[in-house]
Amino acid sequence: MGILEIKDVGKRFGGLQALSDVNLSVKENSCHAIIGPNGAGKSTLLNCLVGKLIPDSGSVMFDGQSVLGRSPYEINQMGISRVFQTPEIFGDLTVMENMLIPIFAKRDGAFRMHAIESVLAEKQVIEQAEAMLEEMNMADKRHMHAAAMSRGDKRRLEIGMCLSQEPRLLLLDEPTAGMARADTNNTIDLLKEIKEERDITIAIIEHDMHVVFSLADRITVLAQGTPLVEDDPQNIRGNPKVREAYLGESA
Amino acid sequence: MLGLNKKDVTLLTFVAVLALFAPFILNPFPEGSAMAQFNAGYPDLMQRFAIFGIFAIGFNLLFGLTGYLSFGHAAFLGIGSYAVVWMYKLLDYNVLWGLPLAVVISGIFALGIGYVSLRRSGIYFSILTLAFAQMMFAISYSDLLGRFVGTTITNGETGLQVYTSDPQILLGANEPNTPHLFGLVMNNSFFLEVGAWQFTFNVGYYFSAIVMLVMFYLSVRIFRSPFGLMLRAIKSNNTRMSYTGLNPRPYTLAVFVISGMYAGLAGGLMAAMDPLAGAERMQWTASGEVVLMTILGGTGTLIGPVLGAGFIKYFENIFSKINDNVLHQWFSFMPDGLEDAMVFIVHPFIGKGWHLTLGILFMLVVIFLPGGLVEGGQRLAAWIRSKRGGAEENTKSSTEPAE
Ligand SMILES: Nc1ncnc2c1ncn2[C@@H]1O[C@H](COP(=O)(O)OP(=O)(O)OP(=O)(O)O)[C@@H](O)[C@H]1O
Ligand SMILES: [Mg+2]
Repeated sequence: MGILEIKDVGKRFGGLQALSDVNLSVKENSCHAIIGPNGAGKSTLLNCLVGKLIPDSGSVMFDGQSVLGRSPYEINQMGISRVFQTPEIFGDLTVMENMLIPIFAKRDGAFRMHAIESVLAEKQVIEQAEAMLEEMNMADKRHMHAAAMSRGDKRRLEIGMCLSQEPRLLLLDEPTAGMARADTNNTIDLLKEIKEERDITIAIIEHDMHVVFSLADRITVLAQGTPLVEDDPQNIRGNPKVREAYLGESA
Repeated sequence: MLGLNKKDVTLLTFVAVLALFAPFILNPFPEGSAMAQFNAGYPDLMQRFAIFGIFAIGFNLLFGLTGYLSFGHAAFLGIGSYAVVWMYKLLDYNVLWGLPLAVVISGIFALGIGYVSLRRSGIYFSILTLAFAQMMFAISYSDLLGRFVGTTITNGETGLQVYTSDPQILLGANEPNTPHLFGLVMNNSFFLEVGAWQFTFNVGYYFSAIVMLVMFYLSVRIFRSPFGLMLRAIKSNNTRMSYTGLNPRPYTLAVFVISGMYAGLAGGLMAAMDPLAGAERMQWTASGEVVLMTILGGTGTLIGPVLGAGFIKYFENIFSKINDNVLHQWFSFMPDGLEDAMVFIVHPFIGKGWHLTLGILFMLVVIFLPGGLVEGGQRLAAWIRSKRGGAEENTKSSTEPAE
């Protein structure tokens, strides 16, 4: 049994069968990559895991509990954090404040009315945030407005915010899309480090084969809404079906 | 001190000094001088500064922090007034009974209205709040609820007031017959004559000002709290908020209720200064006014709403008092034809035309100072600093957010 079990999931948009018969099991503490051509249904699948979409059929179990029908915030509180294709951060707030929010959310739950206490008096939360900023190499940027940072730094901050909640499963939707080579390599290094140093399961959607083969322990190829193959990276490279469906031009 | 950092203590002290010395600060011109009409140090106006200050501070907690623009906050103002006048009618003229009730009842209404309205965001939220407020205005104006239960509740278009036939069961033999706090009559004033100047110290003003200071302090605490941080997070990025395990709904509802309570308190204080409550207090123009005050002063800043409220109430009062006679005096140094022409040009902007002036001022601020008066003040301070400190100091000028 994997930490994430997707069984017979189907999702239809009007006349389009975006997902059908998706079966997928993600092993605990592994890095599982989902690849596939444009429009294969990768983002749709991810949205079904985090509560943004509800599949028409099938089940999604995280650590033995169903996530279906729960809101995004409830699913996050179960231990799933998500990194978006374009970084979703609190642009109007400072980097430090960005980092404080997920730590408060982890400690206090989905809602708590602490309206009179001062943020500055929350020494422990601040320490944790400082430590995470240090780990992300952004301590010097703590007073910056998050919106003013480079794309690469925003991505780093977003990943840091997710990690500060110590999630059991980290979902990444094309984390290096639109990034310059240097930023992409930095992100790969960061994710490698995370993988090695933490007890964390990673599921990643990615177009960039360089990223996929640097990180993944296991790869699922999705085509037209259905998993085509699931295998280890070295076998995927040589698989003719995959080449035909997807890798043809890029590998 | 007081659980605030140094900068906030400075700000609080500044507002406290402003409030406590208002009778001096607002009366810079000697009695009888030509400039005396620009004095604002009389009780009625000073009370309005404090009361609308509270209203705007509370509105800013909702709008400034979360970005939810309510267009129906005047409803809570009206509820607060009705609650206080009802306590006069049933118990006695001590404002202590009515004010807490005003806060509680407006809080309950805010809970209901907020629960429904917050299901939508953006313009739909604004329209929903406006619709609720207009409904409540209509109900109050026609005393619909009162007719339904068979006794008056809002007393319709006449407005709610105290009659000698009212029970007033706590009314003692020697008790004042106007609003008071344990015998301290709100209407009472103490006058200080210094040379040609006359300064007025009014009980009602000081009562409102102290309440305003407490409410201002509370809003600073909310701004600086984890709760306040979450509210700003909602404004910044609701998606990230949800995917960070936070439920935005109770946060927005909580601050909507808090902000409704501020408005209820302000409405209650209005009735504490003048024992009347009318439906027109709930009208959409009153809801719009607090929006203007907040934006004009500086949305999302601590002191902005207070400044905005003072600014609008001051100019409303001054401009609406100026009439053609005053204009003729002003321009009397000009040749006759020119004098008449000037009066003709300025005429539409004064007296009843004050709203035209307000509209122009508002447009100018929004276009040239999107951060409101607070931004104006900051630019001015930065300019003075650069004049004084020279180029090298200038580069260090603060980039911290405005508060
Ligand atoms: N909300 C929606 N409503 C209607 N159709 C949708 C919706 N979301 C996705 N689709 C369609 O479903 C199909 C799968 O889309 P999806 O975004 O999951 O693909 P993807 O594998 O993530 O592609 P890409 O690599 O381009 O990101 C596409 O044809 C898309 O147009
Ligand atoms: Mg996609």
